[in-house]
Amino acid sequence: MAVATGKSFASRFGVHIAVFIFVAIWTVPTLGILVSSLRDKDQIIASGWWNSFASSTQTEAGRLPPASAQVEKDGKFVLEGNIFGDAPARDISAFGVKSSAPTQYPAGTTADLGDGETLQLNADGRFVMTSTKPFEGERGQRVYYASSAPPKFTTENYNTVLFSEGIGRSFMNSLTVTIPATVIPILIAAFAAYALAWMRFPGRALLIAVIIGLLVVPLQMSLIPLLKLYNGVGSFFGVPSKTYLGIWLAHTGFGLPFAIYLLRSYIAGLPREIMESARIDGASDFEIFVKIVLPLSFPVLASFAIFQFLWVWNDLLVAMVFLGTEGDQIVLTAKLNALLGSRGGDWEILTTSAFITIVVPLIVFFSLQRYFVRGLLAGSVKGG
Amino acid sequence: MAAQIFSAIFVIIVGVGGCVAYFWGANKLVDIIFPSRGVAGAAAIDNLRRQGMIRPWLFVGPAMIILTIYLIYPVVETLRLSFLDRGGANFVGFANYEWAFGDREFRTSILNNIMWLAVVPAACTFLGLIIAVLTDKIWWGTIAKSLIFLPLAISFVGASVIWKFIYEYRGAGQTQIGLLNAIIQYFGGQPQVWISLPFWNNFFLMIILIWIQTGFAMVILSSALRGIPEETLEAAVIDGANPFQIFWKIMVPQIWGTIAVVWTTITILVLKVFDIVLTMTNGQWNSQVLANLMFDWMFRGGGDFGRGATIAIIIMIAVIPIMVWNIRQANKETGGH
Repeated sequence: MAVATGKSFASRFGVHIAVFIFVAIWTVPTLGILVSSLRDKDQIIASGWWNSFASSTQTEAGRLPPASAQVEKDGKFVLEGNIFGDAPARDISAFGVKSSAPTQYPAGTTADLGDGETLQLNADGRFVMTSTKPFEGERGQRVYYASSAPPKFTTENYNTVLFSEGIGRSFMNSLTVTIPATVIPILIAAFAAYALAWMRFPGRALLIAVIIGLLVVPLQMSLIPLLKLYNGVGSFFGVPSKTYLGIWLAHTGFGLPFAIYLLRSYIAGLPREIMESARIDGASDFEIFVKIVLPLSFPVLASFAIFQFLWVWNDLLVAMVFLGTEGDQIVLTAKLNALLGSRGGDWEILTTSAFITIVVPLIVFFSLQRYFVRGLLAGSVKGG
Repeated sequence: MAAQIFSAIFVIIVGVGGCVAYFWGANKLVDIIFPSRGVAGAAAIDNLRRQGMIRPWLFVGPAMIILTIYLIYPVVETLRLSFLDRGGANFVGFANYEWAFGDREFRTSILNNIMWLAVVPAACTFLGLIIAVLTDKIWWGTIAKSLIFLPLAISFVGASVIWKFIYEYRGAGQTQIGLLNAIIQYFGGQPQVWISLPFWNNFFLMIILIWIQTGFAMVILSSALRGIPEETLEAAVIDGANPFQIFWKIMVPQIWGTIAVVWTTITILVLKVFDIVLTMTNGQWNSQVLANLMFDWMFRGGGDFGRGATIAIIIMIAVIPIMVWNIRQANKETGGH
């Protein structure tokens, strides 16, 4: 489409702006969790992630030393020191002594606390408190201050979720589920697709119609009977009903209609001459399939493999039904769902876990986008 | 963990090896039982014919068995279960269906599903079309498309976390860490608890699916737009059509078939939407949908398979028109093959 609609500068500029806004809406949310997953967990709740490169301001409270630390100087009783103690200093912008007004006085000013007492708190945390009367009591004066901490980025969240929240384990489980569940359907579907495309046998048209019908059958239709079947098989043979083998076969079954459909439409489009000349040379169907059809079908096999990989990796429903919602077999999506319940407000855990769950699909997707798009086009436009 | 990796690799080898062994072995067996080489004329032809009858079934056999166990049998069984009680022991007639249409939560789910069906496919198709047209006009369009396409690779659960973070709520006047409330507060508005706002929360959940699926619509429609003959568009420009007329009167009618395909594909997806509702609200605050309600009944109070099956059947009924249309289309296309 090289049509120059709207040649004016303004309208071309408008197109750039519009596309930029769309791109922003479609990328900023993901960027948000990536940035947050790398932030210090106290800073995540102190400021929005879009401010993560600016210093974040937090209101904190500290206590001055008790009366025993006072010295008498020029007839006044003085307490001196640093509010941060030995901890690294931060930048204080304001302070106060009442929780209702924690930032009443700017840093560096001397506040008159009444009753002959004054308090000065500097930006670096040094304080001087004076009084005309001796200080009393075990507990020192409570001081509130707003401090800004420099932006702090860390990979600590990744350490936490991978090794103590169980995400690392779930990551391995997801791989264990996904790889066989991607490989097994390919071979089964490829043979069936070849037969449906190039072999003549009664009932072929009916089979194709059934497969196209099965393409859209909601997964929900299969869940209850299969759950019953698995439980039945499990208790009959005295084996657990929630196993990797069970979920591999389930994903194979659910992926097959699309696999056969996609592969069949591709294989049916291969040039007839190649098949026929091979047959004249005495090649059997099996030989034609292995030596000619499989190598020629590589692009569509790759497309399907990517689809199935993404679908199985991202699946929650099948995993929850056939592997359960807890225990040490659960996959990343189910684990993330469980964390949403148990660690609801802990955004450092949630954002990091979410990023780990999406990073593999993103890599697969970006490196193999060409095949993915090709499969998408073949799968939905043809036949439809 | 190492043991797990080894057992996974082992299974891959056994699974793939088993498949290969089956196809190769079964094929060999046919050759041995009905030899076509080294046999006299008439017998060879006879055996070739027998081979031709058996071999296709060897090829489609495994697929047929798996499809039967995992899809065809369950469809029949679900239909049967929907007429049985919670344990599947006693016949209850239409009691489950009567329960469903009298149940407040079920009716909420139906209404919400209708809203999802009205909004999501339309929004995805419309946005996808707009973005496809716009990105075709600029030099960085491919990069833009890639980025908009990207959420398609993200799981619904992952996307739910991403958007839950966007919708995160803190009391008015506090520092908002959710982007949406931060923007609202910046412009002087009141922050809201978006996912529990009655009625509107449905739309905040729909946004997640629209965000994921627009890339799909965009890619398909973009390729269809490229298929429009150059001359048609040039003729329209020469005739003085403005960009809007070209879009609505030339482009859209030309790719009508593709729009229908995109629309129905997303419609089916919407009917099955489950993960987003489960993770965002689990159906609270009147945001329930059929697929999540069905999942809920599968396990609620030990599981009520009768009611669960009934809800599945109702989802299925909504899909049947699309199914019939698909099969018809495919028959039309393969009719000449």
